[in-house]
Amino acid sequence: MGSDIIQLTYGQVAIGYVFVMIILFIMKRRGISREKELIIATLRMSIQLVLVGFVLTAVFERPHPLITFSIITIMLSFAIHTIYGKFRGNLSRSLKKVIAVSMFGGSLPVLLVFLWGIVRVQPYYNPQYFIPIAGMIIGNSMTGISLGIHTMIKRFTQNRVEIEESLILGATPKQASDGIINDGFDAAIMPTVNNMLGMGIISLPGMMTGQILSGVAPTTAILYQIAVMLGILGGASITSYLALNLGYKTWFNNQQQLIQTAS
Amino acid sequence: MVNTDWLFLCKDVRYGAILCLEELSIVAGQVTCFVGESGGGKTTLLKLLNKLISPTDGVILYKGTDLKDIDSVTHRRDVVMLSQKPFIFEGTVKDNLLKGAAYQNLSIDDDAILSALQRVKLNQPLDKDASKLSGGEAQRMALARIMLLNAPVILLDEPSSALDEDTERLVIEEIVSYVRQNNKTLIMVTHAGFIAREYADVIYTISNGSITGRVQNGQ
Repeated sequence: MGSDIIQLTYGQVAIGYVFVMIILFIMKRRGISREKELIIATLRMSIQLVLVGFVLTAVFERPHPLITFSIITIMLSFAIHTIYGKFRGNLSRSLKKVIAVSMFGGSLPVLLVFLWGIVRVQPYYNPQYFIPIAGMIIGNSMTGISLGIHTMIKRFTQNRVEIEESLILGATPKQASDGIINDGFDAAIMPTVNNMLGMGIISLPGMMTGQILSGVAPTTAILYQIAVMLGILGGASITSYLALNLGYKTWFNNQQQLIQTAS
Repeated sequence: MVNTDWLFLCKDVRYGAILCLEELSIVAGQVTCFVGESGGGKTTLLKLLNKLISPTDGVILYKGTDLKDIDSVTHRRDVVMLSQKPFIFEGTVKDNLLKGAAYQNLSIDDDAILSALQRVKLNQPLDKDASKLSGGEAQRMALARIMLLNAPVILLDEPSSALDEDTERLVIEEIVSYVRQNNKTLIMVTHAGFIAREYADVIYTISNGSITGRVQNGQ
């Protein structure tokens, strides 16, 4: 890493909060009652990041495999919890299990292939690489799985007649759900695919921007970014694919009948 | 104890508060009709026989085996059903006709398709958008769709409700003769008394979830 980055002080960052003040002013003028959310979001973002800064500093200073993997587990658990929260009680117990299994089973292999196969980090648990890359892969897997499962729930609710007709015509539950699984997968990976299309033209991705700001040569930053995007795509796809292919089963009982609610 | 001439034997079958059958037997190779007011539980009975749902109480035997112990998908391929308001899938008439066959990996040639269409008196191009069919045409297409599956047992839920009386008679006549010629079993729910009287071997009346009458035709 280069050392020519301009150091920011807390005072300098504070100027950024002017934007929040402007938005609050606009909200007040327009009667948009979202001030509370905006203030909470701003405070949470700031406090969480400051705390994480301290944690990361401590972890980087005393790297240990147990700590690295504990943090990854906490990140995954938090992501799973966030997905559950997004659906506010709309998830059956079995579907929750599917989501948890898929998040672990989908993100972890991609993360390990990325760090051990592509980047080949040394030592193998190097938190400086593990934690930020895991954040990106897990975060995008979380978004993918949420979109996929959301589509699946919607379709299973709206298309009951179609699914029953397929079963009547001799379809297996898998055959009857194939269209739904495909639509769910489509919904899960489209944001990542669209993001890839515009990359470098519409936006300079965050990770690359960060690396360039800290003095890394753009060519190196680009290679990292390409690899990370492929990792993100892999994570989001494998996680959603797993969740959808295990998830559809929660709508059927052991007699291969469509059940009323996915419980 | 178990008479294997009985294709289906229902013993003390209940489905919630909708259906309660003390005993019902359906004989193989016959045309059995269920008549009675709507909401009486006839559709529920067909769904139970197709194993789309399972009884909350009691036993249904199919060829002497408890339905619970038979693989549902295998059973549904053996005992095909036409629902009262069949779902029309996106795509052409041909796509719809081949839907069930595709699930079951059956290869069906155009001749078979055309003869099925002829049987249900549907004269529409195969490449027509199925969503453009009228209610009666869609119903006949769905009927042809399940005929193509060539299953030994056919369950029909009001197969002619959207047809005028003349077409209804023609279509049912064709189906019944097809069933008899090919030694299949036909179990049909119908609102039309004349269909039951003319074509059924046995007629059951269902009201309020119970069987209230049984007539053996020709007796």
